[in-house]
Amino acid sequence: MRKFESNVQYTKYLVNREIAKRFLAGENLQEAIEDIAETIIPGPKPMTRCCIYKERHIVGDRVKIALEPFKDGENVIKIIRSACDECPVDRFVVTEACRGCLAHKCHEVCPRGAITIVNHRAYINQELCVECGKCHEVCPFGAISDVLRPCLCSCGAKAIIIDDDKKAYIDDDKCTHCGACVYNCPFGAIVDKSFVVEILDLIKKSENNTKYKVYAIVAPAISSQFTEAKIEQVINGIEKIGFFHAVEVALGADIVSCHEAMEFAETIEERQWMTSSCCPAFVKYIEKNYPELMDHVSGTVSPMIAIARTIRQLEPDARIVFIGPCTAKKMEINEEDLKGDVDYVITFEELRAIFDAMEIDLTKCDETSLDNASYYGRLFARSGGVSEAVKQANINLGINADIQPVKCDGLDEVVKTIKIASFGKLKGNFIEGMACKCGCIGGAASISHGPKDLTEVDKYGKLSKEENSVQATRIFDLENLDLERKYKVLKDKKSI
Amino acid sequence: MTDIQVCIGSVCHLKGSYDIINKLNKLITENGLNDKYKVKATFCLGNCTGAVCVKLGEEIYTVLPETADEFFLKNVKGSAE
Repeated sequence: MRKFESNVQYTKYLVNREIAKRFLAGENLQEAIEDIAETIIPGPKPMTRCCIYKERHIVGDRVKIALEPFKDGENVIKIIRSACDECPVDRFVVTEACRGCLAHKCHEVCPRGAITIVNHRAYINQELCVECGKCHEVCPFGAISDVLRPCLCSCGAKAIIIDDDKKAYIDDDKCTHCGACVYNCPFGAIVDKSFVVEILDLIKKSENNTKYKVYAIVAPAISSQFTEAKIEQVINGIEKIGFFHAVEVALGADIVSCHEAMEFAETIEERQWMTSSCCPAFVKYIEKNYPELMDHVSGTVSPMIAIARTIRQLEPDARIVFIGPCTAKKMEINEEDLKGDVDYVITFEELRAIFDAMEIDLTKCDETSLDNASYYGRLFARSGGVSEAVKQANINLGINADIQPVKCDGLDEVVKTIKIASFGKLKGNFIEGMACKCGCIGGAASISHGPKDLTEVDKYGKLSKEENSVQATRIFDLENLDLERKYKVLKDKKSI
Repeated sequence: MTDIQVCIGSVCHLKGSYDIINKLNKLITENGLNDKYKVKATFCLGNCTGAVCVKLGEEIYTVLPETADEFFLKNVKGSAE
């Protein structure tokens, strides 16, 4: 039995695996929805909900989301209304532990007079409460609980709103698609749309890569995933699915490091400070909250786009699927100026489901190497890596500009740092922004999360043949490769 | 113009395809064949056991950095004359 971090991850996996299995068997998936739900929830006892019928209904909704065609402009992050358990909205609540004491420090400390003592017990008037948390801090019995809905708590962009029915919904004007809520909702009520069916269909129609070749471009964060097998076996497994060839996105990261180092040197005097642009959720956060600061965001494409365009330069008819830990990448590929570069995105979670649906046992796979990028390109997978990579490119290209990085590890740090920068108080001149804690390896759709993954990235990085980003990109025709972003916000501004 | 395709897939890359590309480019320039041959990188020619794969015409050759000169003399320069 595979290890999953939680039953939420496990359920997502089961749904994707079942969909993949039935697609490969040639079943009509629309007609199989009920059957899939019954297979996953066999009963007779429910796991977490009131009854198996509700559980089956929720699984059915999960399948429907995966099967529905994705429309332009739609958000890939979706709330399953039937699965949202209407968690308590009131953050601070007086519990049974309240003794109704004489001191009632809670009452004394409350700045809004929201706490009264009724029948020897404290009572919080939620209409007045501003959630400052002082009562929770001072109670000697620890009788005031602090429970913030996990979805609200996880969303650094403040894009989750609770409606009148106490169900969560997503404010698309604010959502950065980072997927933190997907990973953190304990009921698995928020999901990222899966493209498993589309990808398997793309591979099938390639007729063994004869009609067109389907390339898998693999994010460097893979080093901390599928740890039961060697990375070479995972690559072999990916080719067994039917991909023509797997290429490292880290090579795209090497290309980006060089381009960004040059961009920095050329523009920093005018811009004062600039940011990285590899993390789509980070870029989205600035675009949606500080459009006036978009001039500071690196105009270099992300490593995913850089490697996709490199492949297309060599093979114009290629079909390209990005495999990574990221839900925001599913949105990035639909950006106006990037459309057509990458065909689909699948996550590590979904890749795991495809492996198992096809009964590909990684531990029994042969070894296929994956090597084009340098150590530095591979470091993009973890927090701090982008700064290191751009700094080394700056030196190896002989530019020697004065780069002073400011690292933002996770969206909460991004929010703080961008605010500081907007006041002109940034201590440094290059913001490395990553929306997920620890960087991409902490991505919402990673199978494994944790600090130990950081060392895996470095270990994997050290295995590469090329020493640095300049070496790794030396044979590519980068002068004829378009590596510039054309951000919509900036274009709109210019047209006014 | 004839293309010389050099595989830069992982296996070939590990065996030195970048060096072969640089070497071939140098030899082509030195021999004044820039208008006749162009070296192009490609991801995987599908013959990983014969790395490094170099495709010239319809033929796929196995070339190593140390045999790049030999390959050039025999198959490129030789046929160009």
